[in-house]
Amino acid sequence: MTAAKAATLENKRFTVWVANRTNLAIGIFGLLIVVALALFPTYAGTPLTRRLVDFFTLLALAQFWNLMLGYAGLISVGQQGFIGIGSYTLWLFSDIMHINPFISVIFAAIGGAIIAFPAASLVFKLKGGYLAIGTWVIAEILRLIVANIKRTGGGSGITIQAATKLGTTVRVPGSYWWALASAVIAIAVTYFLLRSRTGLALKAIRDNDLAAESNGVNLWRTKLYTYIIGGAGCAMVGAIVAIHLLRVQPAAAFSINWTGYLIFISVIGGVGTIEGPIIGTIIYFVLRETTSKYGEWYFIVLGILAIIVTVWSPAGIYGYVVRKTNFFLFPLQRKLRMLEGAKE
Amino acid sequence: MSLLEFENVNVYYEDFQALYDLNFKVEEGEIFACIGANGAGKSTMLKTVAGALVPRRGRILFDGQPIDHMPTYKRVEIGISSVPEGRRVFPSLTVHENLLIGAYRNRKGPWTTDTIYELFPLLVPLRKRQAAGLSGGEQQALAIGRALMANPRLILMDEVSLGLAPVVIKRIYDAFPTLLNNGTTILVVEQDVQHVMTVAGHVACFLEGRIKLEGRPSELTNEQITAAYFGV
Amino acid sequence: MDWLNAAVQGILLGGLYSLFAVGLSLVFGTMRLTNLAHGDLTILPAYVALMIVNALNFNPFYSIPITMVIMFIVGYLLQRGLLNFVVGKGDVAGVIVTFGISMVLQNALLLGFTANSQGLDAGRVENLSIKINDRLAVGWLPLIIFLMALVVITVLQVYMGRTKMGRAFRAVSDDQEAARLMGINTKHIWAVAMGVSLLIVTIGGVMMGIRTTFDPLLGSQRLIFAFEAVIIGGMGSSWGTLLGGIVLGLGQTLGAQAFGSAWSILVGHMIFVIILAVRPQGFLAKTVTT
Repeated sequence: MTAAKAATLENKRFTVWVANRTNLAIGIFGLLIVVALALFPTYAGTPLTRRLVDFFTLLALAQFWNLMLGYAGLISVGQQGFIGIGSYTLWLFSDIMHINPFISVIFAAIGGAIIAFPAASLVFKLKGGYLAIGTWVIAEILRLIVANIKRTGGGSGITIQAATKLGTTVRVPGSYWWALASAVIAIAVTYFLLRSRTGLALKAIRDNDLAAESNGVNLWRTKLYTYIIGGAGCAMVGAIVAIHLLRVQPAAAFSINWTGYLIFISVIGGVGTIEGPIIGTIIYFVLRETTSKYGEWYFIVLGILAIIVTVWSPAGIYGYVVRKTNFFLFPLQRKLRMLEGAKE
Repeated sequence: MSLLEFENVNVYYEDFQALYDLNFKVEEGEIFACIGANGAGKSTMLKTVAGALVPRRGRILFDGQPIDHMPTYKRVEIGISSVPEGRRVFPSLTVHENLLIGAYRNRKGPWTTDTIYELFPLLVPLRKRQAAGLSGGEQQALAIGRALMANPRLILMDEVSLGLAPVVIKRIYDAFPTLLNNGTTILVVEQDVQHVMTVAGHVACFLEGRIKLEGRPSELTNEQITAAYFGV
Repeated sequence: MDWLNAAVQGILLGGLYSLFAVGLSLVFGTMRLTNLAHGDLTILPAYVALMIVNALNFNPFYSIPITMVIMFIVGYLLQRGLLNFVVGKGDVAGVIVTFGISMVLQNALLLGFTANSQGLDAGRVENLSIKINDRLAVGWLPLIIFLMALVVITVLQVYMGRTKMGRAFRAVSDDQEAARLMGINTKHIWAVAMGVSLLIVTIGGVMMGIRTTFDPLLGSQRLIFAFEAVIIGGMGSSWGTLLGGIVLGLGQTLGAQAFGSAWSILVGHMIFVIILAVRPQGFLAKTVTT
């Protein structure tokens, strides 16, 4: 399905990962899966459907997080800021402006994009890992602003009246379809961006700003667009989560735990791939169902696993599977080491 | 026993092989020059001696002891020090501090900051200046001085003449006999054949990861060297 | 509390923030590692001190030197055993691994000590203050913390500028590969840097534990304050870090004075944002002339 192609650029060796033209069979198969999943609420019970809402919202968030990192080298530990903003924008549009909550989700995404723009121009002034802390500061600022506004119920949060009025028969399938749609959107956006020309160039040189600039890739603009997509996407998911849970609280909506889940999912599955977050979300759910009752131990296990994988198997589970089954996928992970070797 | 010995050394960058079955010996007290075009493997060989790269196959012996898995910093302790490609002086440190870093391992020997300033008087007025502000020639003198501060038995010099004016290159090569007199063996890598041939006791010409030609400069003709250099 | 009082408190608070920030900055400077667990590592020494105080039943001030030694060892081992594997492998691995450490540490503290606030009781000194007039009093404890920050930064400056080890730190920071070629064991240097970072953080962490209370969830806030102080002051400058801490502290206390205590931290963040927007290199950024 993929081919490896070695290329040389100014004596620097690197490999470019190239996906084949649309694999029709897989496309059709994927479509069938989506249709089958879309019909799910008609034959499955509410508890299972609700669980799948959790699953798809997390999968979507993980894809967006992974897109930012894999496509533009942006490591964010502040996506909870956009999740929270999405939740509160939904409340604003559905409860204050009386727009249908399912339509308000779109406004929440727009709200996320609008906030992402100034946020990006601030955090991009920071370099490397400090950029990550910068994204966290932005999330903290958003949380504190929301928590200090009396109308939103402050720290104790607020109930989404419009979502409550929908009734279970409408709300559960509706939020399910939105959750599924958000996951499909996240995967589709990631797929098309990674396939695009800029995507290929950026993937090959994502850890080398200088090489990217010399290749005429406007790194700053690409990063900006990616950050905005990430912000809009996470705000959209935040809005869906708000409908799903009926209640928004600053401490929960803006919780750093979101980032913990996203990092765990992406890292375990495999950063920079589409398959990785899917595998990661499944593993995360298995872990959550079995160990979340142990409270703190659950987070300790998540943290330790993320550390182990990052240090000793940075390609994640998907990378491992690929190496065992199809050697040609591996150059995607290997090229970064090639670049370092060439610099020595 | 030779000071440095390569035994069938193969070095790779990932799956790209850079050195093929390299065999040669450097005797104590000589100047051994490696010449060759860009990408011929000379610098790779030097990095392997310094410890930045590890051979996949083969051995490197220093004074009879295998060193190919010894960490870089320990090689300085046993007497191998480097003048790296691009000089790599510490830009935020002063000239004097750069020299002191060279003596980090406290090896005993003739070289101290005083003797370095004697060898390169141009550094004396610059002692308290940040190395970042130095000219190319001054940085190169500093890089050599810094490497000598380790009191090495073997000094590795990578492209010391690169980007320098001929008069500066001459001044640097003029210092080589002083190094030899102080018991330091020199392994030098150069693209510029002209200068190095005048001082070298032994020349090895690299081509595509192999030694194409080896011998004393006096025994080699210009035609032989040109042929080996360009691989024609 | 009036404005002058708020300003004095803000400056003193800045000293504490600089104690947290210096360690973060030192680690970033030496090995380009962004330690997201730094905040939690300012909380850990307070718990270590608490255990020492409970076990040996003496004044928390005396526990500081012991805790400093313990935290130095913790930092050294953490670096050699784990973090050295990610240094030089790009920013992402460092961010993820230190975020993971933060998760583990925070939840381990929750398991061991619950989310309840704890305090270190140092007795009378906690309430002593120098009364300047009816409206202005400077507490001894905040003053001691501020003076400690001055001492720590001065000692660190001398250590980095005058000693062989400090020189090696700076050489490794400039060019780690060249440093190795000069015989420096970079793995050891990085581990010492982490050890020193945590040793410094211990002073702030334990003093803060004496001054107020602490709980395992405070880590992320401490990390952010330290980070803001570093950026405001200018990366790589110790005195800049103190200045950054003071600006942040003033923003918080004056913000509280102006808008009420609920806005204190937000005003501090906003000051950071404004400075980042107009002067991203900070006030006293250390530059190398090239």
